[in-house]
Amino acid sequence: MTMQLTIDHTTTYRFEEPVHTGLQQLRLTPMTTHFQTVSNWVVYVDGGHLDLGFFDHHRNHVDLVTLDREATEVVIRCRGDIETTDTNGVVGRHFDPAPLWLFRRQTDRTRIGPAIRRLARQVEGETELARMHNLMAVIAGAVEYNTGSSAPDWTAEDVATEGHGVCQDHAHVFIACARELNMPARYVSGYLMMDDREEQDAMHAWAETHIEGLGWVGFDVSNAMCPDERYVRVATGLDYPDAAPVTGTRIGGSSEALSVQIQVAQQQ
Amino acid sequence: MLGKTANGLYWMYRYLERAEATSRLVETGQRIALTRLGSSDAEWRSILQTAGMLQSFEASDEEVTKDAAIDWMLRSRANPSSVLTSIEGARQNARLVRTALTHEVWEAVNGCYMTAREVLARKVGERDLPKVMGEIRQRTALVRGATHGTMMRNDIYNFARIGTFLERADNTARILDVKYYVLLPTVMSVGSSIDNVQWETILRSVSARGGFRMTYGNDYDPGDIASFLILDRRMPRSLAFCVGKIRDNLEHLCRTYGTTPESLARVSYIQDRYLTRDIDSVFDDGLHQYIQTVLSLIGGLGAQIEIDYRFYE
Amino acid sequence: MKDEDIFDEMWGRHETLRQPYNLFKHWFDGEEPARLRAKQREAEELFRLTGITFNVYGRAEAEERLIPFDIVPRIISGLEWQRLSRGIEQRVRAINAFLHDIYHGQEIIKSGRLPERMIADNDAFLPHMIGVNPPGGVYTHIVGIDLVRTDDNQFYVLEDNARTPSGVSYMLENRETMLQMFPELFASNRVKRVETYPSDLRSSLSACAPPGAGSSPTVAVLTPGIYNSAYFEHAFLADQMGVELVEGHDLSVVDGRVAMRTTQGYQPIDVLYRRVDDDFLDPLNFNPDSALGVPGIMDVYRAGGITIANAPGTGIADDKAIYSYMPEIVEFYTGERPLLENVPTWRCSEPDALAYVLDNLEELVVKEVHGSGGYGMLIGPTATRKDIAEFRKKLRARPANYIAQPTLALSTVPVFSRAGLSPRHVDLRPFVLVSPQKVNITPGGLTRVALKKGSLVVNSSQGGGTKDTWVLED
Repeated sequence: MTMQLTIDHTTTYRFEEPVHTGLQQLRLTPMTTHFQTVSNWVVYVDGGHLDLGFFDHHRNHVDLVTLDREATEVVIRCRGDIETTDTNGVVGRHFDPAPLWLFRRQTDRTRIGPAIRRLARQVEGETELARMHNLMAVIAGAVEYNTGSSAPDWTAEDVATEGHGVCQDHAHVFIACARELNMPARYVSGYLMMDDREEQDAMHAWAETHIEGLGWVGFDVSNAMCPDERYVRVATGLDYPDAAPVTGTRIGGSSEALSVQIQVAQQQ
Repeated sequence: MLGKTANGLYWMYRYLERAEATSRLVETGQRIALTRLGSSDAEWRSILQTAGMLQSFEASDEEVTKDAAIDWMLRSRANPSSVLTSIEGARQNARLVRTALTHEVWEAVNGCYMTAREVLARKVGERDLPKVMGEIRQRTALVRGATHGTMMRNDIYNFARIGTFLERADNTARILDVKYYVLLPTVMSVGSSIDNVQWETILRSVSARGGFRMTYGNDYDPGDIASFLILDRRMPRSLAFCVGKIRDNLEHLCRTYGTTPESLARVSYIQDRYLTRDIDSVFDDGLHQYIQTVLSLIGGLGAQIEIDYRFYE
Repeated sequence: MKDEDIFDEMWGRHETLRQPYNLFKHWFDGEEPARLRAKQREAEELFRLTGITFNVYGRAEAEERLIPFDIVPRIISGLEWQRLSRGIEQRVRAINAFLHDIYHGQEIIKSGRLPERMIADNDAFLPHMIGVNPPGGVYTHIVGIDLVRTDDNQFYVLEDNARTPSGVSYMLENRETMLQMFPELFASNRVKRVETYPSDLRSSLSACAPPGAGSSPTVAVLTPGIYNSAYFEHAFLADQMGVELVEGHDLSVVDGRVAMRTTQGYQPIDVLYRRVDDDFLDPLNFNPDSALGVPGIMDVYRAGGITIANAPGTGIADDKAIYSYMPEIVEFYTGERPLLENVPTWRCSEPDALAYVLDNLEELVVKEVHGSGGYGMLIGPTATRKDIAEFRKKLRARPANYIAQPTLALSTVPVFSRAGLSPRHVDLRPFVLVSPQKVNITPGGLTRVALKKGSLVVNSSQGGGTKDTWVLED
């Protein structure tokens, strides 16, 4: 029921032209909740420095990084230990500062079209919970999980039209459909411990929706399940750009090359 | 003070100085055209070249005539250094740095702009030229007067002055660069009326006929003229005077800010190495070579000041 | 409208000189019209030389226009002002409390006084402000309340300006001009001073500095630049306050603070009085194409490292759709009846209201919910049939985009014209400064006047002028 995880996550940017000025927001720090306890979590940056930290309007911890002038490589590394508990995906009561209605608003990335509407219409079930489980199944059936098959800026409608995508795309489709069904929904970025390997090349993403009586509940379409103790919740938002691990702006530093190394290991 | 403000002050005063220099060249050109009988178009070519405007003028596909040249120098918006665009540039920068200026300076520069827009709204006929130029010179003089009379002698003032003297040094050096050949001892033929006119052109274009006469009498000697324009620290448009002033202004900034930036080393180098010597040694080095070196050193000094005082990001 | 429908602030309704104008009238009668005409020209020359101009959007950069200035002051008695300022203060306090609530618990929605969709469907709501506690609890450091008058004791609030109200420089320059031209008037009339506004503004802003700022906080004014229509005012205020006037490219986030690039390196700013819209304020968090803002300023703000005046997201309080709920808002947060009245407003989003508006377009003023500057507006009584037909279409297509109000018989104040004193319609924008300690209302404000006879449009972008506004010491 509980699990001890060690996470080590390195993101490296390489620029052909040196950076003139640049800033990056990092949403890479998981918070301690009643289902995850975070300890020894540290974030370091090479090629830039941590200027300040704050909590955003989704209560994510954000670090602001100023890139070094003339930097050609920026390395962001975070690591720490987390003890997780299985709650069958139930995150619980909404106590964020953001009002629930905010999570019913579609964003640019979840804006609906005929394909999303078609999916939402197929959903059935007696209760909100049943309908959301059914929605997860409907999407899993309609959108095939396929790494490298989608573009990072696809909208939910693009994904539903194309019929394939990665975890980010599954989450966007789920959120768009849930909101179309008038349910508050949000995007979650985090880590997933895999049973068969420790090395990963991307963070994981899933969706949460707010169900009367239960509060927020997670749904991972890509794995067709609600998050359990293998999941670590890092940041939430209305969509990917809102919760993205690294977002930035830069002058100079053209031709960016990005590499990500993630290790999620269970402590023995 | 903001880096941008220092930059704006510097350019405001550079533009004012440029407007004056250009209007002086227009008057010089007209004056020479009056005193010569032959074709004056070649002379206008030379005037345009002295003002650093020949290339841009030729690109505009107009023929070099007296009227076209005067209009180009006075009013053309396609010419980034015409009197009108310079005054507009000065006023634009003044708006940018308005909080650094006294009310009097702002009003003077705004008044200068309004006058220039009015008197340069249409082509200026030959007969009106002296009056129009006079009005503009009065207006720019008013800005200078308000600057001297009302501004604190702080960093604001010093950046304004650096702009003034860099532009002025640049103008004088450019005139010398274009006309150097008439100052060479080898072509000296005393008493030739052609050379007399050329020498007078040079002196007129830096408002220095009177000063020169006061110092050297009525006989023009190219060595004396070169010395006067380059090395004489009493002459307010000589290279030595301008560079000396810039050095004073930079030293003032160094005392105010408690720093010793690269630009101070550069200005000292220019002054000590090139402007503290006698004119014979300049001729020995080769006048043209010498002027080009100084011109590029002054350009480099300007660029260094921009870096030292964070004019831009 | 017939003449007797209109209240004139000098002559009332029945050609009886009203008391506040006594001394002025006496003075005026003793003046030669020719001298006054010369003075009027002198005033314009003064404005032109000082460069008190505004830029007109969509025209060449050189197009800088003067706002016409009329030499006849608009005079308000001390008692009238006292009543007005109590109402203004109440309203401004309510606006501030409303903003805090909207970005925190949203109690007013939970209580059912304000429908959720008014906020949820509103683009002026800024999610990035959720949970932010601005230093000193102040959201609207500077407010302009637009008032119109229809009778002796009847004022209405036409509009609240809670984002970046402009025009205060005209209030100050108008007074300065009057003092220079007619010093004798100020010797006989005891007029409350407005000249302290810049120093009041500076101390009010300083009082809102973040806790770590020390005893003399660094204040700066952020302008979009010299081509902005209100650039003169930005420079004027920075100058009068003795603070730096900065543009986005002068600022960077340095060591966790917003700092300005000076000739001696970066210097951190404590309070930024910004005259740049929310959207353009931070390309990292908002519009990524903005070159006017400071990337990361919202991050510093959320971390408590800077005060932004006014706070981002205050537009939710001066939205025209929210305006119609202001009476409820004032009551909810102050527990008092509103002292200042709203103009009765039909929300076209409501079917009954829409039906009424469509039936009575000829008599109503229809405004776009998000418009400003008098654009996108229909004034029924003076509109052509074609205009009305066009608006009917627009209303049917997007009713929620519009509100409608009765055409008010705005009061008039005389202007000095060829024919002597001639009545023209006016409005009034008092300026309010808010700090944790107090709400400071400058006596008077900016009077805008429609210079065309009978016109109700006072906006400077559409040919309106301004007047000096006097509040008398009683």
